[in-house]
Amino acid sequence: MAGDGTVQLIDEKGKRLDGRNFDELRPISIKIGVLENADGSAEIRMGKNIIIAAVYGPRELHPKHRTLPDRALIQCFYRMSTFSVNDRKSPAPSRREKEISMVISNALTSVVFTEKYPRTTIDVYLQVLQADGGTRCASLTAASVALADAGIPMRGLIASVAGGLVNDKVVLDLYDIEDQKGSGDLPVGYCPVLDEISLVQLDGVFTLEQFEECLNLSIKGATEIYDIQKKALQDKYAAIRAEVSVDVKETEKKVKPKEEPKAEVKEKPKEPVKVAPKPEIKAKPKEEPKAEVKEEPKPEVKDKEEVK
Amino acid sequence: MSKLALENHAIVIPGDLLAEGTIRCGEGVIKRGNFYYSTVVGLFQDKGDFIQVKSLKGKYFPRPGDLVIGKIIEVGLTNWLIDIGSPYFAVLLANNATEKKFDPVKDDARKIFSIGDIILTKIVSFDRTRDPQVITNERGLGKLRGGRIIEIEAAHIPRVIGKKGTMINMVKRLTRTQIITGQNGRIWIQGKKKEDELKAIESIKKIELEAHTRGLTDRIRDMLSENNNNETR
Repeated sequence: MAGDGTVQLIDEKGKRLDGRNFDELRPISIKIGVLENADGSAEIRMGKNIIIAAVYGPRELHPKHRTLPDRALIQCFYRMSTFSVNDRKSPAPSRREKEISMVISNALTSVVFTEKYPRTTIDVYLQVLQADGGTRCASLTAASVALADAGIPMRGLIASVAGGLVNDKVVLDLYDIEDQKGSGDLPVGYCPVLDEISLVQLDGVFTLEQFEECLNLSIKGATEIYDIQKKALQDKYAAIRAEVSVDVKETEKKVKPKEEPKAEVKEKPKEPVKVAPKPEIKAKPKEEPKAEVKEEPKPEVKDKEEVK
Repeated sequence: MSKLALENHAIVIPGDLLAEGTIRCGEGVIKRGNFYYSTVVGLFQDKGDFIQVKSLKGKYFPRPGDLVIGKIIEVGLTNWLIDIGSPYFAVLLANNATEKKFDPVKDDARKIFSIGDIILTKIVSFDRTRDPQVITNERGLGKLRGGRIIEIEAAHIPRVIGKKGTMINMVKRLTRTQIITGQNGRIWIQGKKKEDELKAIESIKKIELEAHTRGLTDRIRDMLSENNNNETR
């Protein structure tokens, strides 16, 4: 919940308590395929957050009456481990966990081609091993990578990060203390390929200018995270390729034709990054704000309910 | 006219821009506006006037005509439910199970296939609205006895088989085993000796791991013939 804003969280030089600038992300690393038994999996470390995402499916859904006749159902199970926070978290599913599961599954449904697998379910398990603020965003980021790793067709990946209001200043990627003592946060899930927003929630009081600034900052942060997601997915297969080309060199057999793929891999990641976003971003930006304003009030109402 | 944004055999992820303009496209590609995008993690393939993305992972999606290896999970009065490793369970009707006509009063379905049996079947029909239907009353289909089953990514089965079966025939010859590949990623292996079977499994696992690289057939041949030499010494 938002604090009263009396705690000094930004020093005179504009640095935050953990030494970051207002628009700086925490260090992020994403690992693909960490679980052997899952169809797709990912582990994200975002600052002190550690979250594991596992995807199973598409598979048969039980009970049968919950199946959708024309598309797949995406079920998310966001869970905080009892040991993930300082005070032991009760293992019973909380209202907060249910809400986060719901918003994440809604966000993912907007990018997955669910109509390709009618009458099935895609289960996404998100286990928070260590929490330090912004876990719903980190979970969404990991979940979309795990879905891609499971080979499920998608329109694009979702990258997610929260912006927030700390001492009346707009900052990016809140961590635990800022989340609790700051005066507002705004988690955003953004799909850079489609230039669409798939998750916006808001807690606290923002002026319209602050909201707009915060949203743009979050989108910028999400685009940075997208590059990391992309690299993580490509590296999994590029690594095997590179390893094989080394083997081939050692045995000195047909060295020339086999070196090519290795070279290709290095060049490729750069190219699409440059080419992809340009054509579309130009086309759409004006549509965005309208959609957001509509979404905005809902989460606020929810939060008020929770307070009561 | 069309312009490609990537080289052939590039590794792409969902949402990557593949081409601009007008071009024929296959699986794993979606067109939005004037641009073509990838929808899965896979290998980009450019075949002149045709582009597609070959997925590197994912559940098997049933197609009529495919040979698949399944496991019986439920026996009904006149039908069986079969797990074929896809999002849907397959249905085998009693009349499609054997060449003889099935009479539910006299015959017992469990005598033909019981729970846990591994069977080689062929998919005859499947669409979005109905579960896949399989048959076992054709030559070569039916219960698999003995041997071992391994499971790999269904997407890599074409690589295991190779062009006109070159890869799988080579593995069979060099390891002296019988191998049946199901399109759903399950492979049945039987050899006279345990070592032969293990060698075949090892080489198939290697093919799966390195499916997206070039010169794989040569590497597998080297690996298997090396093993052979060591044995004779």
